[in-house]
Amino acid sequence: MEGSSEQFAIRVRDLVVGFRQQTVIDHLSLDVRKGEILGLVGASGGGKSVLMRTIIGLIPKRSGHIEVMDTDIDNNHDRDIRTAAMWGILFQQGALFSSLTALQNVQFPLRENLVLSEALMNEIATAKLEMVGLTLEDGDKFPSELSGGMTKRVALARALALDPAIVFLDEPTSGLDPIAAGDFDDLIKTLHETLGLTVFMVTHDLASLNTVCDRVAALADGKIVAIGSMSELLHSDHPWVKAYFHGKRSLMLQPEAS
Amino acid sequence: MLSPSGSWTAIHAATLESLVDIASPTVRQRPNLKIDMADVRELDTLGAWLLEKISREASESGHPATVVGVAGRYEGLIEDVRQVNRRKLASRPIQNPVLARLETVGRSTFGAAEDVSVFLQMLGALGSAGLGVLRRPRSLRLKSLVYHLYQVGWRAIPIIALVTFLIGAIIAQQGIFHFRKFGAESYVVDLVGILVLREIGVLIVAIMIAGRSGSAYTAELGSMKMREEIDALSTMGLDPVEVLILPRIVALVCALPILAFIGSMAALYGGGLVAWFYGGMSPAIFIARLHEAVSITHFEVGMIKAPFMALVIGIVASSEGLRVKGSAESLGKQTTISVVKSIFLVIVLDGAFAVFFASIGM
Repeated sequence: MEGSSEQFAIRVRDLVVGFRQQTVIDHLSLDVRKGEILGLVGASGGGKSVLMRTIIGLIPKRSGHIEVMDTDIDNNHDRDIRTAAMWGILFQQGALFSSLTALQNVQFPLRENLVLSEALMNEIATAKLEMVGLTLEDGDKFPSELSGGMTKRVALARALALDPAIVFLDEPTSGLDPIAAGDFDDLIKTLHETLGLTVFMVTHDLASLNTVCDRVAALADGKIVAIGSMSELLHSDHPWVKAYFHGKRSLMLQPEAS
Repeated sequence: MLSPSGSWTAIHAATLESLVDIASPTVRQRPNLKIDMADVRELDTLGAWLLEKISREASESGHPATVVGVAGRYEGLIEDVRQVNRRKLASRPIQNPVLARLETVGRSTFGAAEDVSVFLQMLGALGSAGLGVLRRPRSLRLKSLVYHLYQVGWRAIPIIALVTFLIGAIIAQQGIFHFRKFGAESYVVDLVGILVLREIGVLIVAIMIAGRSGSAYTAELGSMKMREEIDALSTMGLDPVEVLILPRIVALVCALPILAFIGSMAALYGGGLVAWFYGGMSPAIFIARLHEAVSITHFEVGMIKAPFMALVIGIVASSEGLRVKGSAESLGKQTTISVVKSIFLVIVLDGAFAVFFASIGM
């Protein structure tokens, strides 16, 4: 894990986050390498989303240090095109703008951050929609007319609109059927390969942890208690990690089927 | 030979697009075009698409370009971009503007008819829910009713009292100012008394409640509709009208007459104060003249209208709330419609009552 800072997309050091008396993230440190897919697991309400939201600056931190793509998040107050193009975020519910069509949603970051002709903007947005597996006709639909899986795809296309170096995915496969979830996993993997993305994924989906993620980090008691490849985590001794990966629902992950 | 170089990424979008525009006429003319990508340091979807566009233009004009020197890590991206934007959406036929206008008129006529039917449906649903509650009084949501009574009644008192006080004062001031020319200042008491008790008191309060509580009802029910809470209630065998709408409307029907009474008193108080300080009429004389000028009939006429206005506001607010669709925009639209429509209907209702009371001689 040693290496110069150049290799890391996200570096979190000694992070503390809390609300009133409650401390959610307690002196947490985490490195995400460039070009990897990192899965973050943790108990519901255990601070996974809080960690993600703190990294992207939506929740203020009490202390600690966060660096994303070698930029200190604290000193980076001017939001210009470079910060906008640094990351894309797929929110849990999609967070599509409900008054815009799918295509306009994807165009939105382009329109706000770049100087482009309308025609080119249309082409780029359509290209993104097609890359996430949607058709031209879907582009004209409003978010309320989209199914759950399509909403996630449009949200991913919007997150990727500016070709960010990092994408944050908050439970990308939750609420999808296994086929759609599997397709979404494949999609993330393909886009990761073609666009050279770094992916930070909060998930509970054991299958996507197993198939998509290069490394998995386990968050418990406000700290990262285990990090490594899936097989390393399966052999972790931490009680919570053991309970998570060796519970009834995790049998399919076991190397020797019992 | 075309050799793009440097960063073909979204950050340099404006420059890149103008570069491509400059290059495209040449591309169309030259045969055997070669695109050498060896010098491209960075490439993203935008850059890849622009380069793909050039090579598509070349093949459209009859001499396809060959792309060479693609760095290994970008092969997948270029291959992906080659697949996209191959299809054009069938363009919609343009409508005759006259026909389009006629269609809008027709649709809004049907829309008006639908509005009436939605109103009547809600009235019917409310009536049947009300009968149900009368048969089984225990099914009345007392807690919810008291909560809404507190929200729309008790908490509205300060602002209602303030606004009606000011209106009463303004009417009195204007009355004194203009009546003074005829030496008829003392008739300002008749003016304030009759106007406030018959019309202004209840009308102003109803309009304020339509803006204050009607909009809240629409927004509450609308966001419940958006989050499928209302569907959840129906699937549990509960009637959303009985659970959500009846307590709200009953609260409004109870609160509005009380608020109208408070508002009328505040307006008379304001008028009295102005008559005292501006018109030099002592409170004792004001009250004595008021006693002569207004009869209990005027007060009754005002008060009878209040519950009906509350019913109209409540029904419009609830039915507009249930018409909210998925988007935030539609929530805003229905809330606006709810307020505008209920204020309009309150004024129309007031007019109808004026005709009615005149014909029965009240």
